[in-house]
Amino acid sequence: MLEVKDIHVAYGQVKTLYGVSLSAQPSEILCLLGRNGAGKTTIMKSIMGLLPVSEGSVTLEGEDLTNMPAHLIPRRGIGYIPQGRRLFPELTVAENIEIGLMTRKQGPDTRDWVLDLFPRLRERLGQAAGTLSGGEQQMLATARALCLRPKVLLLDEPTEGLQPSMIEQIRQVIVRMKAEGFAIVLVEQRVDAVLSIADKVAFIENGRDVETTSAADLEQNPDKLTRYLGV
Amino acid sequence: MEFGPHLMLASLEGAVIAAILSLTAMGLSIVFGVMRVVNVAHGEFFMLGAVLAWYVTSALGGHPALGFVAALLIVPVLVAAIAATADRLILKRINYDADRTIVGTIGILYIIQQTTLMTFGPDARPVEAPFNTRLSLPWFEFGENGFAMFWPWGLSTTSYKLFVIAAAVVILLGLWMVITRTKIGLVMRATQQDSEMAQAFGVPVGTVYSLVFGLGAGLAALGAVLVVPIQQAHYLMGHDPLLLSFIVVIIGGLGSLPGTIVAAILIGMSDGIISVFFSPTIAKIIATLLVAMVLVFRPQGLLGKTAP
Ligand SMILES: Nc1ncnc2c1ncn2[C@@H]1O[C@H](COP(=O)(O)OP(=O)(O)O)[C@@H](O)[C@H]1O
Ligand SMILES: [Mg+2]
Repeated sequence: MLEVKDIHVAYGQVKTLYGVSLSAQPSEILCLLGRNGAGKTTIMKSIMGLLPVSEGSVTLEGEDLTNMPAHLIPRRGIGYIPQGRRLFPELTVAENIEIGLMTRKQGPDTRDWVLDLFPRLRERLGQAAGTLSGGEQQMLATARALCLRPKVLLLDEPTEGLQPSMIEQIRQVIVRMKAEGFAIVLVEQRVDAVLSIADKVAFIENGRDVETTSAADLEQNPDKLTRYLGV
Repeated sequence: MEFGPHLMLASLEGAVIAAILSLTAMGLSIVFGVMRVVNVAHGEFFMLGAVLAWYVTSALGGHPALGFVAALLIVPVLVAAIAATADRLILKRINYDADRTIVGTIGILYIIQQTTLMTFGPDARPVEAPFNTRLSLPWFEFGENGFAMFWPWGLSTTSYKLFVIAAAVVILLGLWMVITRTKIGLVMRATQQDSEMAQAFGVPVGTVYSLVFGLGAGLAALGAVLVVPIQQAHYLMGHDPLLLSFIVVIIGGLGSLPGTIVAAILIGMSDGIISVFFSPTIAKIIATLLVAMVLVFRPQGLLGKTAP
């Protein structure tokens, strides 16, 4: 479904990705693991068209997205939950959701669907997003992306800085979205949280994908975690 | 004239200046707020509004009201289109880089100014007001006979000046509704807060920038169309609005629209009052001094937020 083939990406003059290939399928969770600064966030931004891809390609269901104008890529059905949430802080909860709905012209049924997933948000529709708690902000960032009714969901460290109860809630939503048939690409630092839900794991190191393996295989060979992550 | 009536007269002059200034400064403030572009050419879009209003009214002829209404409808849109084109041709190509946009808009300033000089010429030309009835104003006094109302000689305004004040209020209310209640306003606010995330949610940020740059210039042009029956059209008339708009945006707080309004009223009123009692030069000196004070004691402006 989503195919990333050998992409090379730079921030201006600073080259960051040196040939990354990945593939995400419907009803599958692909997890990206790697040390800080390995290039995981950069991969996600490149898929979203927020950085210029100098070599290689990104395709969704066969359609080439490489270097398409950035605002058209989410309209093809990619929902992005960026690292650090990146909500529109002075907009209300309702307005943040409205922005998500406008991306793919979704209506009130989608709005009800995401608000049923996160009832806490429904109680806070008029509140400015920047004044929500960390967990609520993560819920809103997730809700905003789900408002696209996406085919692919990109999640960049969604549990960063959250309490255990909130982490569990986010995890349940991810599993539910997998059951809905979404292709999910998940960046996560907490290996234990990942292994229980991932189908495939790709290790990222110095801007390259060094190995992609199944979660089952990783359970058999936990030494790979030590090798690539030092844990 | 006694002090009371004189002050009332000066306040009315100030209110007219404040009305025009709040439109013009609002344009500068929106452009800076959403695009982070310091538009040095803003005053030229104001001038262009006045000059084009002269062209439209003189081309149409007939009753002055006809030409005026036509100018009010056509000119801001025309100036907005010119500004949006400049955004596409110049600002977009230099990636909205902070330093280069200043140089770029200085270039736009001279292109517009010199083109106007070559076509419109160096003369100041009047546009007739659509209506201009002189209205005498009453004053109140407690005399020997108790409370009395009388009409001091020279205390008057015109129906057109009152119209300018009312029109500015209506336009600003309309703008406020657009920004807070409509989808395009929502998209503008989202782009202002995080343009990268706006893109990641399907917002064509380039188009929004062109629209906003056009809107900013259109507001300046609207102010100019309103003012041109009071103050003639001239190719150098953009200087004062530019200076005053900068003063207002800094005092109000960069990027704060309510702050812009408050500061425009403050500066416009004091400019009007001080000009009447002393001189326009002293008014500008005091306004500039006020900016210096704000920058020293409250750098974020009256209603601006401190940088995070
Ligand atoms: N805006 C930027 N400009 C220049 N270099 C950047 C920028 N953002 C990230 N980098 C660099 O790119 C590399 C990968 O960063 P990132 O993708 O954020 O890593 P990760 O998400 O895996 O922690 C790092 O070396 C980082 O310093
Ligand atoms: Mg990261």
